[in-house]
Amino acid sequence: MNWIGGSFGWIWLIIVMLPIYWIVITSFKTQSNYFVTNTFAPASDPTLANYKLVLENDFVQYFWNSIVVSVGAVVPAVLISFMAAYAVVRGSHKRWLRWTNSLFLLGLAIPLQAVIIPVFLIIIRLKLYDTLLAIILPSIAFAIPLSVLVLSNFIRDVPKELFESMRMDGASEWGTLWRLAFPLTRPALVTVTIYNALGIWNGFLLPLILTQSPDKRTMPLALWTFQGQFGINTPAIAASVTLTTVPILVMYAIGRRQLLGGLTAGFGK
Amino acid sequence: MTTLAPPAVRVQEPTAAKGGRSGSVGWMAIPALLMFFAFAVVPLVGVFVLSFTTWDSIGPIHPSGLTSWKAALGDKELLHSVYVTFLIMGLSWLAQTPLSILIGVFLAARKRYRGILAVLYFIPLLLSSAAISITYKALLDPNFGIGAGLSLDFLNQDWLGNSTLAVSVLVFVVSWQYIPFHSLIYQGAVRQIPTSMYEAAEIDGAGRWRAFWSITLPQIRYTIVTSSTLMVVGSLTFFDLIFVLTGGGPGNSTRALALEMYQTGFMANQMGPASAIAVILVLVGLLLAQLLRRLGGKGDESQLEGA
Repeated sequence: MNWIGGSFGWIWLIIVMLPIYWIVITSFKTQSNYFVTNTFAPASDPTLANYKLVLENDFVQYFWNSIVVSVGAVVPAVLISFMAAYAVVRGSHKRWLRWTNSLFLLGLAIPLQAVIIPVFLIIIRLKLYDTLLAIILPSIAFAIPLSVLVLSNFIRDVPKELFESMRMDGASEWGTLWRLAFPLTRPALVTVTIYNALGIWNGFLLPLILTQSPDKRTMPLALWTFQGQFGINTPAIAASVTLTTVPILVMYAIGRRQLLGGLTAGFGK
Repeated sequence: MTTLAPPAVRVQEPTAAKGGRSGSVGWMAIPALLMFFAFAVVPLVGVFVLSFTTWDSIGPIHPSGLTSWKAALGDKELLHSVYVTFLIMGLSWLAQTPLSILIGVFLAARKRYRGILAVLYFIPLLLSSAAISITYKALLDPNFGIGAGLSLDFLNQDWLGNSTLAVSVLVFVVSWQYIPFHSLIYQGAVRQIPTSMYEAAEIDGAGRWRAFWSITLPQIRYTIVTSSTLMVVGSLTFFDLIFVLTGGGPGNSTRALALEMYQTGFMANQMGPASAIAVILVLVGLLLAQLLRRLGGKGDESQLEGA
């Protein structure tokens, strides 16, 4: 039976890697070359012209927009979720905090797509349409439920005696948050940060609906417009896809365990 | 003369019901509560409200009772979108669940090279739906993609231009993107099955396949429910992938509910009916989640009997 399992594993590997391999090698082919040579063979005379083309087409601007949106959303999201998680755990004797916790749990079920129209309305009324902030604010809101869930689970595991001793030393709750909870919750904070960053970096719907000008585009949206722009210049499209993916793959290589932890975070407990 | 000293009064500090004494901590939850309220709860209520109005996304919003609802429910396209949505939902569940279980079982075995495979298997999850869709669009191009490259005629179809094929391609791409995630969940679940169960089965003479059916599958029953719930509820609101891959086409053969909502609201500028569709999305999602919970049982019984 084992050889079936083994060969099955290799087949799946090919299925997973094939598109990735293909898009990378295609990005190095010249357009003329691409049409005549075997599509799965690496480039016979590799070129960086496609990458140059993508960079010349404001790629750096889009990359920067994605960075601003991701950092601008993830840092506040994790910060306020951490504070809320602490409050929910340490203040669980207060009814309104228990209700808040339930609200966040139920909030996990709210799909972004279903509420995008009112979000659109709110953003317009706030006069934030076509700004990066328009993407940031809803992103923060939708990151909260899962972040609070994961972080509060972690904080709950901190022994009560430690909180007691902080209290006895005269520490305020704010002080305890940073001097006790923060170091002990660090693994969960890392995974929550990475998980949220990945989702926001790859987000498509919010930028699509809430921005309009080319100079406000984030990467996924830019990819989509590149596709229309480059038409049948497949190698150029391939280069744009590769460029947008490389940063994530690099981060994956560096911080894989945290990323993996993050994506199954809510479901383990 | 005796003076009565006032009885000593002990002042007791308020104690928290759990976790000992704590200072004021509630204020820390306020920022998150406000943000969530403003951009998630209010919009949720807002969709319901907007579905009773007429709005073209530019001018003022007019309350209009059931006009938008009548328009939405009377539209044949909506029925078709519901069909497309459930078709994709069912097909992608069928495509993903068995494979995810098998891969999860495969990865659960603690062999060295499987760890390396797991690292590679995981990569589709890192990519944006836009990147994945664009890659597959190029790969499946009838003139210049995989069909032409491998000179295999049957691969050289007009994948995305043919209605039936487009749905299949969509299901394939969805599976490619999300099987890694679900196989990870199953891997975790399978790893938790006590080996003693398998040992007992082996003693009784059960083969690998039998062990899979009689031990593995029942033991991961609740994981199947969890994974299926995520899959089903997630596929209800598919947007990014479909939008970039096919735009809902060809024609309307892949126009799922979320795309129908986008089309109605942002292309045809009928925000009222679009909001009605959004409300339907929310209600169906809640219904499905409840249904799956019922189907899956309460999860109270211990699964470790016989371990």
